[in-house]
Amino acid sequence: MAKLSMTVNGRAVSGEATGNRLLVEFLREDLRMTGTHVGCDTSQCGACVVHVNGKAVKSCTMMAAEADGAEITTIEGIAEPDGTLSRVQQAFQDYHGLQCGFCTPGMVMTATKLLEQNPSPTEAEIRHHLEGNICRCTGYHNIVKAIMAASGQDVSKIAAE
Amino acid sequence: MYAFDFEKPTTVADAVAALADDEAQPLSGGQTLIPTLKQRLAMPSKLVSLTGIPEMQGVCKNDAGEVCIGGATPHAVVAAEAAAHYPALAALASNIGDPAVRNRGTIGGSVANNDPAACYPSAVLASGATVVTNNREIAADDYFDGLFMTALEEGEIITEVRFPVPQAANYQKFVQPASRFALVGVFVAKFADGVRVAVTGASNDGVFRWTEAEEALSANFSPDAINGLTVDAGDMIGDLHGTPEYRAHLVGVMTKRAVAAAS
Ligand SMILES: Cc1cc2nc3c(=O)[nH]c(=O)nc-3n(C[C@H](O)[C@H](O)[C@H](O)COP(=O)(O)OP(=O)(O)OC[C@H]3O[C@@H](n4cnc5c(N)ncnc54)[C@H](O)[C@@H]3O)c2cc1C
Ligand code: FES
Ligand code: FES
Repeated sequence: MAKLSMTVNGRAVSGEATGNRLLVEFLREDLRMTGTHVGCDTSQCGACVVHVNGKAVKSCTMMAAEADGAEITTIEGIAEPDGTLSRVQQAFQDYHGLQCGFCTPGMVMTATKLLEQNPSPTEAEIRHHLEGNICRCTGYHNIVKAIMAASGQDVSKIAAE
Repeated sequence: MYAFDFEKPTTVADAVAALADDEAQPLSGGQTLIPTLKQRLAMPSKLVSLTGIPEMQGVCKNDAGEVCIGGATPHAVVAAEAAAHYPALAALASNIGDPAVRNRGTIGGSVANNDPAACYPSAVLASGATVVTNNREIAADDYFDGLFMTALEEGEIITEVRFPVPQAANYQKFVQPASRFALVGVFVAKFADGVRVAVTGASNDGVFRWTEAEEALSANFSPDAINGLTVDAGDMIGDLHGTPEYRAHLVGVMTKRAVAAAS
């Protein structure tokens, strides 16, 4: 076991982990922060995306020990402390960007980073950026629409009916 | 995953020392190795992380005009920082996997792994790049050695990859949409002394140079120069995603597209 400490959603946390502990296991099982989901556990689906030192990463494909000393943001840290949803979260609600909601934490974390890097993405750029986030319910259309709306763009022209 | 220890050195020398232990294995971005560990296809005693070593990070240009990329530089950093020096290489990096994979996965990990469908090996081979390790420099033509096989010795670390910059180059990838790897990918690089063409995704022997196309394109750098040239389908991969004949056909199509797009 090795000692780990990191900052998660602005809060200093510490714990112990074996060398083979995954970051997502540390978050969900040790810190009991279960907002980050495990959809595939094979690095394909993106349900587990969190931000590590400002970068979106798949927390099922990073060792916990690798995040020692890192600044981490999870879906639990995206809304305001008073519960006000972020722009992206609110748009997902407004535009029905989720059905079962399983993929949503990863979608929101990925989309949040996209809009930081590219404040007015085109529809094609949004779809390209979401390549690592799989949704089994929505058909993606309303997710793309929600991200367009969160960026303050007109959503009436988005492709599919 | 089986149990293993974890170490994160901050210099190449310390990493090499840590890898001297029996069954120790380097970990870079983990985008290949962690899924492999989960399937219990590897049983290292210890992972030695290469991501905390400053000398293995970043993109720069050396006095010889080569673009030098630290072995542990993530794809997303190459996409951003190599764009001004070697646009075709940056474009290749920006289309590997997805954004989260690009934020962790590294050039050294990709080149060490030598997956037959990976993108970087084609750029390394077509550019005639040099793979720099902790104790030697290996020319691309001597480095790749078949499926998942390379010239690397046990415990040897890729610290840097150095790319000569061609006059014109382009990478065309026919994406296998489920994995996002290349079903067939072709990297074309035009240098003052000739054209190099490297093909990934297609062959049972991993990345290879298509020498007939190189000769034709060196004489006439235009898509038409490929007309009538074919690769032998007998050497191509056949799987549920495509037959050997389909892949052989795609090699020609992707080469033409790369030549047309090369700038
Ligand atoms: C969903 C998904 C999509 C992907 N799509 C693509 C794609 O389109 N194209 C593509 O090319 N790749 C793709 N990849 C693979 C990705 O690029 C990996 O990042 C890459 O193959 C391995 O790099 P890594 O840094 O993650 O290496 P790791 O997984 O850490 O290591 C891979 C192997 O190399 C060894 N190693 C690592 N670094 C070094 C070093 N510096 N010196 C010596 N040995 C080393 C390790 O011991 C291990 O055996 C994808 C991966 C995923 C999960
Ligand atoms: S759970 Fe991590 S990518 Fe699917
Ligand atoms: S809403 Fe169900 S998986 Fe996306």
